[in-house]
Amino acid sequence: MSRVVSFVRQPIVVALVLIVLLLYLGEALSPGFATGGQILRLLIVASLLGIVAAGQNVVILGGREGIDLSVGGVVSLSAILAGNVMNGADGGILPAVAACLAAGAFFGLLNGLGVTLLRIPPLVKTLGMLGVLQGLLVVIRMGIPSGQAAPALSRFVTQPLAYGIPGIIWLWIVIGILLALMLNRTVFGHRIYAIGSNEHAAYMAGVPVKLVRIALFMISGMFAATAGLCLLGYSGTSFANVGEQYMLPSIIAVVFGGTSLAGGKGGYTGTMAGAVLLVILQSILTTINIEESGRQMVFGATLLLLMMFYGRGRAMRA
Amino acid sequence: MAETATVPTYRRAGGIGRLLERYPFLPALVIVAALLLLNGFFSPNSLTFRALTGLLSTYMALILLAIAQTYVVYAGDIDLSAGAILSLVNVAIVVLMERWGGGAGAVFLALAIGLLLGLACGLVNGLVVAALRLQAIVATFATSIFFTGLALYILPVAGTPAPALFWRTYGGRLFGVPFVFYILAALVILLAVMSRTRLVTQLLAVGDDQQAAYQTGLPVIATRIKGYVLCGLFSALAAFCITGDTASGDPLVGGKMTLYSVAAVVLGGSALSGGWGTVVGSLLGALTIGLINSVVFFMGTPSEWQNFVQGLAILLVLMAGVLAGRRARS
Repeated sequence: MSRVVSFVRQPIVVALVLIVLLLYLGEALSPGFATGGQILRLLIVASLLGIVAAGQNVVILGGREGIDLSVGGVVSLSAILAGNVMNGADGGILPAVAACLAAGAFFGLLNGLGVTLLRIPPLVKTLGMLGVLQGLLVVIRMGIPSGQAAPALSRFVTQPLAYGIPGIIWLWIVIGILLALMLNRTVFGHRIYAIGSNEHAAYMAGVPVKLVRIALFMISGMFAATAGLCLLGYSGTSFANVGEQYMLPSIIAVVFGGTSLAGGKGGYTGTMAGAVLLVILQSILTTINIEESGRQMVFGATLLLLMMFYGRGRAMRA
Repeated sequence: MAETATVPTYRRAGGIGRLLERYPFLPALVIVAALLLLNGFFSPNSLTFRALTGLLSTYMALILLAIAQTYVVYAGDIDLSAGAILSLVNVAIVVLMERWGGGAGAVFLALAIGLLLGLACGLVNGLVVAALRLQAIVATFATSIFFTGLALYILPVAGTPAPALFWRTYGGRLFGVPFVFYILAALVILLAVMSRTRLVTQLLAVGDDQQAAYQTGLPVIATRIKGYVLCGLFSALAAFCITGDTASGDPLVGGKMTLYSVAAVVLGGSALSGGWGTVVGSLLGALTIGLINSVVFFMGTPSEWQNFVQGLAILLVLMAGVLAGRRARS
């Protein structure tokens, strides 16, 4: 019996059950909500959030109050950068991918260096970086037009690629599998959990703590850049500060996936479910015909309610 | 007995270390002074009494919001809804003042209700974070969405003007001295009194080591809730100032200010991990942000580069704030 209870209380199971319930609720509120096409559309939106959350996830797993607030800025920057590099031409996609990944890795590197060498708390360091990135956006937008997505990129994100499923969802699935393998089967993955649960012990055991942590921030920057690129394909053109809407939701997706903000515990599979859950919830709220104010109140209250299921802190004991 | 051997070991820090220990906000003060000088260098007019009054009345709201944030940071918590509380109180008082005719009675009643609203929001935050034990960052983000929804319900679009009596008082003079200086003086006295209260000591104790505080018999949950309530009350005061400054209601006015309030706390040398910090530092931190914006403007930075230079300067002083704070504690 206790085994059943502990299975049901697993965050990923909770998230999956909630997803099914919300799909039923959505279908009841507006018939046609849970049809195949609609669910695919939801998954496209969820994959954008999920890819940002992948980077957020590894940074949080690495512990020491790991968090990356700069992802919002990197997503926006990458969308604008990609739009300018490819400028509507398919031939520009590869250079755009290279430029975005390089930019994401670069800002991740800066974050990582500040956090490890200067021991600036990640929240402070990435908050400051967010301000720099937002300033950079203004510089780029004023200087050159914001650019167009290449047709092939838009097709990849919005049109079916194989078995009726769009390329971005395949990409997300591949990322999910690769991250699961990386976290569970590789030395690097084990090192992430090691520094996340006890940095000092990991250091004593010979883990290059600083290098691993710098790598985590670079990975986060690169995932955010990838999401920015896909976001450009999704919306066709890049516009101001599109990435900001992913900053805190990416953290919530991680929490809903059962990863502890304290680090060292959790994984990406749950986060994927968390991202889907969050997107379905938002989508249901947009289908119901209520004022924006009511929608936000319901959204905030529901988030709090859902958090009751996840990672509540331990009660104080003497 | 072994315990008696652990006499307090006195630090052998140099003069600077000792100074920093006694006045942890010193680096912030130096930065503020340097920025004032830079401002004066690039534009002598920016150091006139009139210009400084303007700076103070613009940034008084951020100063109060940074102080609000400091009390939760003392306990090792964070409040990402402070800006949303500010927006909510801003629209609530503007709408109430307008509905009740904009007289002196209406203004005072609206302000009283604004304070109660801030208190209620703080209480909600405290209950979800301390009593329900949700993680502060995500839980207060969720409540910020809720508070913003409430603000949008009260006033769907920005624009309702505040009564003239209110903003004329805020922007005006009393016995020849600008009103904001009375606010600043009252604030300094309030902070001095508050810093001697048991509550502040308890907040710091909880932030320093929650488990130890609990084991010494401190009411940890109640203390953290009180921290959030204080944050709500000061956010309401910040809302009064922004209403006086902008003379109107805007349901989204505080959204961008939350992260600045966190930055101001760090600039002031307080530790985000809790247990250590000063409100004076946060006050100076908020001023630093205001002065950086003003220096970048007066330096003649091309307009499209201004945000970038501001962001870079804030990142640099943030890092300086952390390093100086650590030096003071070590």
